[in-house]
Amino acid sequence: MPTGDHTPHASTPHRVVITGMGWVTPLGHEIDSTWQRLLNAESAVGPITRFDASTCSTNFAAEVKDFDLQTHLGDRASAHADAGIATQFALSATKNAWRMAGMDTSPPDLTRTGIYLGAGEGVLDYEPYMAANISGYDPEARKLDDAAWAATAYKGMRPAPEVEQEPQLTSTHIAYELGTMGPTLNCMTACAASTQAIGEAFEIIRRGDADAMIAGGSHSMIHPLGMTGFMRLTAMSTRRDDPQTASRPFDKSREGFVMGEGAGIVILESLDSAKARGANILCEVVGFGSTADAYRITDIHPDGKGGAGAMTGALKQAGIDPNATDESGRPLVHYISAHGTGTQENDKTESAGVRSVFGDNAPSVPFSSIKSMMGHLIQAAGAVELITCIQAIQTGIIPPTGNLHEVDPVCGLDHVPLTPRDENPRGGVDVCLSNSFGFGGQNDTICVRKYRQ
Amino acid sequence: MRSHSLITGLGPVCALGLGPDAFWQSLLQGTIGIKPIESLDPSGFHVQLAGEVRDAKIRDFVPKTYRKATKVMARDTELAVIAAKIAADDAGLKTRGSEDDAEGFPLDPVRTGCQIGAGLIAAETEELARAVVSAQDEQGRFSMDGWGTEGQGKSGMNNLPPLWLLKYLPNMLACHVTIIHGLEGPSNTIMGAEASALLSIGESARVIERGSADICFTGGAESRINHLGLLRWEYAARLTPVTQDEDPASVCKPYQPDSRGGLIGESGGMLVIESEEHAKARDASAYARIIGFGAAQTPRPYIPATESMRAHDETDRGLSASISHAMRDAGIEPDDIDAVLTLGIGEPTLDQMELGAITEALDERSSTVPIVSLAHLTGNTMAGHAGLLTAAGALCLHNQQIPQAMITRNPDAPASNLRRVLVCSPSLGGQAGALVLERMS
Repeated sequence: MPTGDHTPHASTPHRVVITGMGWVTPLGHEIDSTWQRLLNAESAVGPITRFDASTCSTNFAAEVKDFDLQTHLGDRASAHADAGIATQFALSATKNAWRMAGMDTSPPDLTRTGIYLGAGEGVLDYEPYMAANISGYDPEARKLDDAAWAATAYKGMRPAPEVEQEPQLTSTHIAYELGTMGPTLNCMTACAASTQAIGEAFEIIRRGDADAMIAGGSHSMIHPLGMTGFMRLTAMSTRRDDPQTASRPFDKSREGFVMGEGAGIVILESLDSAKARGANILCEVVGFGSTADAYRITDIHPDGKGGAGAMTGALKQAGIDPNATDESGRPLVHYISAHGTGTQENDKTESAGVRSVFGDNAPSVPFSSIKSMMGHLIQAAGAVELITCIQAIQTGIIPPTGNLHEVDPVCGLDHVPLTPRDENPRGGVDVCLSNSFGFGGQNDTICVRKYRQ
Repeated sequence: MRSHSLITGLGPVCALGLGPDAFWQSLLQGTIGIKPIESLDPSGFHVQLAGEVRDAKIRDFVPKTYRKATKVMARDTELAVIAAKIAADDAGLKTRGSEDDAEGFPLDPVRTGCQIGAGLIAAETEELARAVVSAQDEQGRFSMDGWGTEGQGKSGMNNLPPLWLLKYLPNMLACHVTIIHGLEGPSNTIMGAEASALLSIGESARVIERGSADICFTGGAESRINHLGLLRWEYAARLTPVTQDEDPASVCKPYQPDSRGGLIGESGGMLVIESEEHAKARDASAYARIIGFGAAQTPRPYIPATESMRAHDETDRGLSASISHAMRDAGIEPDDIDAVLTLGIGEPTLDQMELGAITEALDERSSTVPIVSLAHLTGNTMAGHAGLLTAAGALCLHNQQIPQAMITRNPDAPASNLRRVLVCSPSLGGQAGALVLERMS
C-alpha cells in the first residue's frame, strides 16, 4: 500500500493532482456524455416535478433525472437507505470518482485519506413539519402554542429523515462506504461551498495532513421552502413561458438564476501518492484564493474586489501573471469558469473583477458559465464547474454560455456564446480558473493546470 | 521553524456568563447553568432543561450603525457576533466595529481571517407557522395552492420577509462578523456538529501557519434550544428526556455508568488567535500557544439508536486518531499532557466510546491525567462547544489551575504545574479533532 510522505509540514509543500472525478447533474450522471450535452448547449431546465410548483412564480428548475443509487452503488445502496437525496447524489459521484482514480483496485492509505465537502442541508421532510407548524399556531392569539407544536411534531416527524438533514452526515456516509479515516470537514459557505471545500482540501494535502482527499459538494434546494427562500429574495428568473431560455448569464435580458441540484466530487492526491499508485493524472491543482467582501449581507461589493482578490490569490499561489502573454500573444490563463449566475448584479461585478485582474488581457480570456444549461447547483456548483475545467484541459474545448444572444456591455468579455470553442489549434487548454461566490460575500477561486512532470 | 498561533482573545458566551472573567469565576464556583427553558414553553417537549444564555442583548454588542441589521440575525448569529465582539475586545483590537474613540490595535483587514463553526439554523417557528397557516387547505393541510403567489389562494409565502432565507444560511455567522469588524482575509464556515469549533480553530491555525493571514477570529456558535433542535437532537441520542423540576446534576454525569444522558445548551465560543510575530509586534499578551492540531474520521455509519451502539462496543477511532495526529504535530508524548478537555456529554455509550479513544491514544497516561469537561455545566452547546472548551483550556494554563467542577474523571490526579493541555472532541457524524495548547513561558 502506498503511504506517501508522512512528514507533516514538509518544508516544500506537496504537489497536488486530481486523479478522479464524478458528478450527478441535471444533464446526466456520466462524465463524457454529460460533457457532450454541455458542448451542444442543451438545457436541463424544465417544470418542477418534485412537488407541485404550479403556483410558484418560478415553477421550473434543472432537476436530476433518472437517478437510482443502486446504479452507482449496487447492493451497497441499501446501507444508505436513510440518506437524503443530495447525500445519495454525493455517494454516487464519489463512487465514480473513486473508481476513475483506480482507488478500488489500488487504494490509498485510508488513514491518510480524508473528505472535505461543501454538502448542503438535506431536503426537509416538509409534510410532517408543516403539519406541526399548522397545528401549533393559534390564529386567535396570533401566537405559537409550543406544546401543541410539540405534540404534532413528535407524532409525525421521524428520527432518520430529521437527523439525516445534518449536512456533515453526507461525509459520514462516504467515510462509512469507503473506510476513510483522514481529516473530514464540511463547509457551508453558500454558493461558494464546494469550490472552497476543494481549495481547503488542496491545502490539507499540500501541507501534509493527508495524502488524498475526496472533495466537492452536493445540494438540492428543489423543495417548497428551498424555492420559497429564493423567490422571496427575487433572485430567480420567472420566465415561466420559456424555462429553457431562463438562465441567461451575461445576456442583456438576464433576470435571475435558475435552480439546479446535484453533486460534483474530485479525488485530490499528493503527486507522490498518485505516482505510487500508478494513477492516471487528470490535472494539477496549483492555486486557491479565498476572500470575504465584508461589505453587506445582501449585495456584492460593486467593484467586484472580493472576487478579484480570490482570483489574484489563486494566480499568485500558482505563480501565473494574469497580465503576461505567451510568444503568440495569448494570455496564460486559457479559460475562466464563471460563477455566472445570470443575476444582474453577479455577472456585472464578476466581469468587473476579471477586468481588474486581467487588465488588457481580459477580453482575450474565454469566460463562460455552464449555469446557462445546468442551472445553479448552489453548494454543488463549484465542484461541477471545476470538473468542466478539467474536461477543458483534457479535450482542449471550452464549453459555451447557452442562451447568450446579446452580451450585456457591462459584462462585455469573451463569454463564448452558444457554441463551444476549440482551442486545440492554439495549443489546447493549459491553465483554468474556476470562480464561486456566495451570499454574504464569500469568494473562492481555484486554479488548475495541465499536469507536467 | 514553524509559526505557532497564540490565543490572545477569549469570547466565551454560554449559560455560565459572558466573557472570560465571568466564565472562569463560574467554573471556579462550580455553577451549573442548566435551568428550566425560558425561550419557549417546554411543557410539551421531552427536554425541558437547557443551558440558556440570558441577559445578552445583541444591540449592546454591535455598532450603532449596525443595529438595524440585527433584525436579520438568527439566534446562532447573535451568539457568534456577541462572542466575537468580546474576544476582539479581550485581545485589545480596534476594528471597524469598535467605537470611534476606542483604543486598541488597528487590524489590517486583508490579513485577518474568520473561521466559524456553525450548525444548521432552524427557521423561527412562529414566523414560519404564521405564514404557513395562511396556506392551509380545507382539511387543514399545507397547500401549495395557498402558498405560491400565482395560485387562487392567499400567497402565503408573502408573509415571510423578503430576506427570510438570509437569516438562516449557516455562513451568516461569519458573514456578519466579517462585515461588522471588516475582516477580508480567508473566511470559512465549518459544520461538524460538536467538533465544528475545534476544526475551525485548527484550520485557522493552519491559515496563519501558511501565511495567508496574520490573525483570525475563530471558534463557533450554535443554539438548538428551539422547536426543531430539541426534537432533532433527542432523536440523535444527544439529549435525554428531562422535566423542569429535575436536578441537572443527577441527570448528566459524564463518564458515570448511571448517567441518564445529555442535556442541551447554547454558546458562542469565539477566540482571537494570531501568529507569534504579529502578537509580538503589537505587544499583545497571550493565554496559550497552539502547538498541535489533528483531525480524523470514524468510518462508521451514524446510528441514532444508542442501544445498537452499545452492542457495537466501539471506541471512537476518529477521536483516537485525531489525538495521535495532534500529539505528533506538537512533537510530544502522552506524558507531556497535563489535562484532557473533552466533550463528555453524559450519554453513557457515547462517553464510553470517547473514553476508549482517549485511552487508546494516551495509553497509561489516560488514567493519571485529569479528564475535564463542560457539558454537565453548560449543556452540550454543539458547534460552539469546542470553542468554550478551548477557552477553558487556555484559562487553565493561564491561571495554572483546573476548576474542580470541570474534572469528570481521575479527580485525584495532580492538577497543578500545567504545561500542556489536550482539547478534543468527537461528534455526531464521526468527525473528530484535537488541539494541543501550551502555556506561555
